[in-house]
Amino acid sequence: MSSIAQTYEGLRSSQRFRKRFSVVVRLIIAVFLIFFSIFPVLWIISASFDNSQSLATQTLIPEHAGLNNYRDLFGQNPDYEFGDLFYWKWVWNSVKIATITTVLSLSITTMAAYAFSRLRFTGRVLMLKGILLIQVFPNLLALVAIYLLIFQTGEIIEQLGLNTHAGLILVYLGGSMGLNIWLMKGFLDTIPRAIDESGMIDGASNFQIFWTLLLPLLRPILVVIGILSFIGTYGDFILARILLNDVDKYTLMVGLQIFTAGQFDKKWGVFAAGALIGALPILITYLALQDQIAGGLTTGAVKE
Amino acid sequence: MSGLVIEKKKANRSQEAPLSRIILVILVVVLDVAAVWFIQNALSKGFTQLVIIISVIAVMLNLIFLIPKAYPFRWMAIGLSFLVLFTIYPMIFTIYVAFTNYGDGHLLTKEQALPLIQKATYLPEEGKSYSWTAYLSESNEYALWLVNADGETFIGKPGEQIVPAQLGDAGIGDADANGIPVSLDGYTRLNPLVAATNKDLPSIKFGLEGDQTIQIRSPSEAAELEIRYVYDEAADTVVDQSNGDIYYNVNGTFTTRDGKTIAPGFRTVVGFKNFIDFTTSPALRGPLVRIVTWNFIFPTISVLSTFALGLAIAIMFNDRDFPLKKVIRSFLLIPYTIPGLISIIMWRGMLNPEFGVINRFLNDWFGWAPAWTTEPSWAQAAILLVNLWLGYPYFMLITSGALQAIPSDIYEAAMIDGASGWQQFRRITLPLLLVAVGPLLIASYVYNFNNFNLIYLFISGGPPIVGASTQAGHTDILISYVYKLAFESGGRGVQYGLASAISIIVFFIVGTITLVQYRFTNMWEEVSENV
Repeated sequence: MSSIAQTYEGLRSSQRFRKRFSVVVRLIIAVFLIFFSIFPVLWIISASFDNSQSLATQTLIPEHAGLNNYRDLFGQNPDYEFGDLFYWKWVWNSVKIATITTVLSLSITTMAAYAFSRLRFTGRVLMLKGILLIQVFPNLLALVAIYLLIFQTGEIIEQLGLNTHAGLILVYLGGSMGLNIWLMKGFLDTIPRAIDESGMIDGASNFQIFWTLLLPLLRPILVVIGILSFIGTYGDFILARILLNDVDKYTLMVGLQIFTAGQFDKKWGVFAAGALIGALPILITYLALQDQIAGGLTTGAVKE
Repeated sequence: MSGLVIEKKKANRSQEAPLSRIILVILVVVLDVAAVWFIQNALSKGFTQLVIIISVIAVMLNLIFLIPKAYPFRWMAIGLSFLVLFTIYPMIFTIYVAFTNYGDGHLLTKEQALPLIQKATYLPEEGKSYSWTAYLSESNEYALWLVNADGETFIGKPGEQIVPAQLGDAGIGDADANGIPVSLDGYTRLNPLVAATNKDLPSIKFGLEGDQTIQIRSPSEAAELEIRYVYDEAADTVVDQSNGDIYYNVNGTFTTRDGKTIAPGFRTVVGFKNFIDFTTSPALRGPLVRIVTWNFIFPTISVLSTFALGLAIAIMFNDRDFPLKKVIRSFLLIPYTIPGLISIIMWRGMLNPEFGVINRFLNDWFGWAPAWTTEPSWAQAAILLVNLWLGYPYFMLITSGALQAIPSDIYEAAMIDGASGWQQFRRITLPLLLVAVGPLLIASYVYNFNNFNLIYLFISGGPPIVGASTQAGHTDILISYVYKLAFESGGRGVQYGLASAISIIVFFIVGTITLVQYRFTNMWEEVSENV
């Protein structure tokens, strides 16, 4: 009996040592991993404060630290020679487009999802499966068709055509329908029917049930999906690149990409400043809400 | 909006108030008026496909709002319209375009192309001839003074109608000994010898195209041009009036038996030509084989590497009491929180072979550094490295959630049975984890299969494949290749047809993978259960 207890004690202490050792090893690994993960970010921060503005001469601690890049970025340097910079305009365009898209998309898809989750009608299952199938066809593959669709629409209604934000928002809305209806239906399904029934007994209409009973319960997940949708639209590049032509109409991502084309090594510092300001709000949102976002992700959305 | 929905609701309960019915009807009327206006405009511009799709949507909306039984669909009317317009229609359109020759040289419809073809003229051996005198303006524009066989006189300028003119008209200068004016309004006469040896003059068409044009044939003679091509509608052929050649309609280009063609071509259905082209044409097939191979290697390695690193991190820092756990996790999450485009351009700067920090470091310490952007294999390696950085936090998030869901008593049971750490991982953690994360691995594979942003923004799919007939690069995947074919011709001409054909192929690959994923997640069955 005692020998068993002794072996157990010995096992415990050697385990404790091994555990402490392994914690130290893992901490060292963590330092390396963190270096890998944040070095590019540190590098870009340093570049943004480096007055030499060039890729070739930049060091991690800038030798000529200053705010020249930010001055160039905000158009306060009349001698700046590389292309048109409408930085705040781009940021504003991006925020505007992403906000409108997110709000409209959530409204439209939540209503559709309500019908799929709560109402019973012929063709319901067929339609749900259909939406799922259609979703397999990525928006990206239909670039040519979407481009021509918007071009032709613009020939008739100028305000919805190429080079307009309204046209771009329409395309974003169209692309987000299928998956978001599915996601939202999934969340609605998790809300017990008993809640609806209590409303029905009180004589509430479908819309009253939806508006006053279900929507408040959906709010937390709506916020998460909203944030993810906002970030997704904010970060989109290709559709905006194809549909927008004028430099003052660009979104931030298109603006930054076009800006970096050609003589990249000389624009590096200004790009760094612009990238940093563009990325910071998103970075902070993510870090603040990482648990909720992780929850939203596991339900099936992949970062776009 | 909200009031409206309530109206619809009441309509359904067939106790609809007259007022709500009226509002509904007004809404439908407004909608129909807008639709009819739009369709009329689209028709006048010849956008047939757009007319069809808007009609379909308009009819659908009418049915939804006017039939009380269709009440549930009113909730999704807007959503459905968007789905039809921006997902289903582009799909059908893409399939259609894949079977046509739509692209540079074939951008017009036949109805638009024929008048252009029939505008072409030639200089006949015989025909109405004129004697000519050339004049030059200060802005280097030419004009002709023409005299026909009957002695009638005209002035001809390029792009303007040929007009009769008389000596003594306003702006026309005095006549010389031969009765030819010494100047025209703003033009001065060219020395006949200079005019006869001028290299530009014989190629200029004077007069208005499609109306009457005159070209200089010899130093003494100018002749009226005649319509060159005549279209024979019954035979669908074009006959060249200058030499009698017959051009047949071959895949949207009028072509003679011996291969001469007329530009412009026009849009037409060419069957499987686009699909067959890149399996048979050597210039297309070579790069395509490379692109397809890389298109499978890239997502495979990306998913495996990001999953492995993410999982390793999740396991290492999973203990509840691990010091600074939250801080470490937040730092490691950072790559995920930066908009992809910014990260990719950032890495492009850091991996710049000449000036980038990584190569400067490698050169200083080892005297050697890889050519990340010009050497094909290093470019691929760079892309995989960047994608590892971009992608591992996602799997770190996912797997650390899934790890916590594995009940700890399983591990205790395994420890009692004397299972080693590796055995526990291999036999318990991995299988249980894959059940939860498997579908997300597939989703990530599909995402990376079409990861346009990374490929395009890093070095636009470069370095270019030498000898390719289209703009193909060593790191191109199908979707970036499609983009280049359709939107970045680089002087080689856009090829919507070919681009769409490749889109269809990508769709089949991705579709198959995704359907497997649905099986995995029981999404399919879930639908049926919830009826």
